[in-house]
Amino acid sequence: MTFLFYFVACLTIISALFVVLNRNPVYSAVMLVLCFFSIATLYLLLEAYFVAVLEIIIYAGAIMVLFLFVIMLLDLGREAALPKLKKLDKALSLFLVVIIFLGILTLTIWSGGDLHQTLNPSSVGDIKAVGKALFTDYLLPFEVASLLLLVALIGTVYLAKRRVK
Amino acid sequence: MATIIKSYEPTFWDKLYIPALVQGLLVTFKHLLRKKVTIQYPEEKLIPPEGYRGLHRLNKDANGRIKCVACDMCSAACPADCIDIIPGSSPWDDGKERYPVSFEIDLLKCIFCGFCEMACPEEAIELTEIYDFSDYTREKLIIDKDGLLDVYDKTKDKNYYSNSQNLTIKE
Amino acid sequence: MDFLALLIICVKVLLVFAATMLTVLLMIYAERRISAFIQGRLGPNRVGPHGLLQPIADGIKFLMKEDIIPAGVDKPIYLLAPAMLLIPALMTFAVIPFGSDITLFGRNIPLQVADVNVGILYILALTSIGVYGLVLAGWASNSKYPLIGGLRSSAQLISYELTMGLAIVSIVLLSGSLRLNDIISQQQGHFLSWNVFKQPLAFLIFLIAVYAETNRLPFDLTEAEQELVGGYHTEYSSMKFAMFYMAEYANMITAAALTVTLFFGGWDLPFLNETSMGMLGVVLSVAAFILKTAFFLFLFIWVRWTFPRFRYDQLMNLGWKVMLPLALFNIFITAGYLALTI
Repeated sequence: MTFLFYFVACLTIISALFVVLNRNPVYSAVMLVLCFFSIATLYLLLEAYFVAVLEIIIYAGAIMVLFLFVIMLLDLGREAALPKLKKLDKALSLFLVVIIFLGILTLTIWSGGDLHQTLNPSSVGDIKAVGKALFTDYLLPFEVASLLLLVALIGTVYLAKRRVK
Repeated sequence: MATIIKSYEPTFWDKLYIPALVQGLLVTFKHLLRKKVTIQYPEEKLIPPEGYRGLHRLNKDANGRIKCVACDMCSAACPADCIDIIPGSSPWDDGKERYPVSFEIDLLKCIFCGFCEMACPEEAIELTEIYDFSDYTREKLIIDKDGLLDVYDKTKDKNYYSNSQNLTIKE
Repeated sequence: MDFLALLIICVKVLLVFAATMLTVLLMIYAERRISAFIQGRLGPNRVGPHGLLQPIADGIKFLMKEDIIPAGVDKPIYLLAPAMLLIPALMTFAVIPFGSDITLFGRNIPLQVADVNVGILYILALTSIGVYGLVLAGWASNSKYPLIGGLRSSAQLISYELTMGLAIVSIVLLSGSLRLNDIISQQQGHFLSWNVFKQPLAFLIFLIAVYAETNRLPFDLTEAEQELVGGYHTEYSSMKFAMFYMAEYANMITAAALTVTLFFGGWDLPFLNETSMGMLGVVLSVAAFILKTAFFLFLFIWVRWTFPRFRYDQLMNLGWKVMLPLALFNIFITAGYLALTI
């Protein structure tokens, strides 16, 4: 199990790196799908089946397909179409990455530093537990998130309609 | 004045589409059980309709001799110019003076119109119902006198000439 | 987990895999024969008795054909795409129970490869993964017809996945579980306890969505021969083309088995209690499952040779403006009924 965990964790990180480093958007998208898969496998190792399957259905199955759809529709699939990054941009992004990484590292160490802290797996993976949590403790964030999606939806419809006229 | 033609208005029942879909499925299911039209060629053969014009044959008379007198009428009537006859005086002495020394039909040129059998005064050339006579080379598809007489031997008991005459009378 | 348990799992995996592949071969034969019969022809009947060996002859032919990789394709993805389509298609069958429990060597063995407690979601996840094979095959071929086919498939599959999921939700509401075994046991007993009779609308929606999901006529816009040559697999040849073919049929088999499981009581025979009948019950239940699945496979072919293809806008209209509201309405009614009765 431990070996499997390290293997999948490495796969996650490597595929995530490829998403960023690849010049070809289609390859990046495929690598992102692989990344989602390895994250889902990590959930499976935690016995959180429901979360694992949701990860695949929503991210890999729906959202990434739409991403690919847009990439193909706009014909961004060829590398030459992409602009080269300037030196300043590169420096800025490197700086941001380092800051964020250090931030996460300090936060983890601050909060006790125990990476082996375990949650009760059945409470995370169980559908009933997830549903209950969504409709009791986290009702407000849940509803706010759905409102956000609704706003985005209406905005898209408005933009699309205006272009037609 | 313009007339207003009321176009088809689907009822609620039609708009459900399900009954129509089921109806369509039933139609194809009936076809599934129907008798098949395929003729499995080498085992079963198509029986051509009456008056079908296929491979030629040269008829023989009661004595078993060739009926043809090499008059060249068929060759003249042929629109495809596929009949090639070399006439000669006959070796027999019972009134028949001419006979074909060689009689060749190029089956690749022939259009199977049947003009030759209509032009023939002796009822010597006929089109049979044989339709499967393919081969690999052009040379093999030029049929000579012996070949045409062999076709007659094979189809002796059938009289195609009357068929085609019936057809011409009907015209 | 001891050695015997591991062995049993391996045997089950092999059995299901072999059965699926065999059914794929049979389906290729059945499709050609039935389509011929519907059109008044005889179909392939020369290879073996009644032409039964025709799919094997086809397979040999596919193997002997030259494997062409056209210039200008995106090689890694081009080579990967058929596998990306075929593997999820073959994996999906793992959670479908195909018979009642069997007792061998003093053990209770469920006739199912994996009893996952989120079984339905597992199937939905894998069917949504199958899109990548089509889309990436279309893109990697670097040719206009496959690209259009791939674009169409991604839009079509996402639209109908939603409807299919919502139709399944109403079934899940009834059974209160995502495990396929629970859904089957909830349908056991009476003839009318099958979900078709409880949820006819959901069944209809699910059936239509499944035809769209498997890219079968009347929803085969991704490979519409008359418009797109062959759609996403235009540039594929030899065994890679055969893999697309196999994936399509494997998807059909899973879809038929899923329809049976969700709406027709799975391996259940009405008025019989299979679990108490021992070996006979097992055989009967497996036979019932195979027969029911065979009927839906036949329906796939039957429908294909009956209905013409939808136009693209009609497809989208049907998916978003008819099926989706209907499915939501059905969930609303079901939930309301359950809230009032419980």
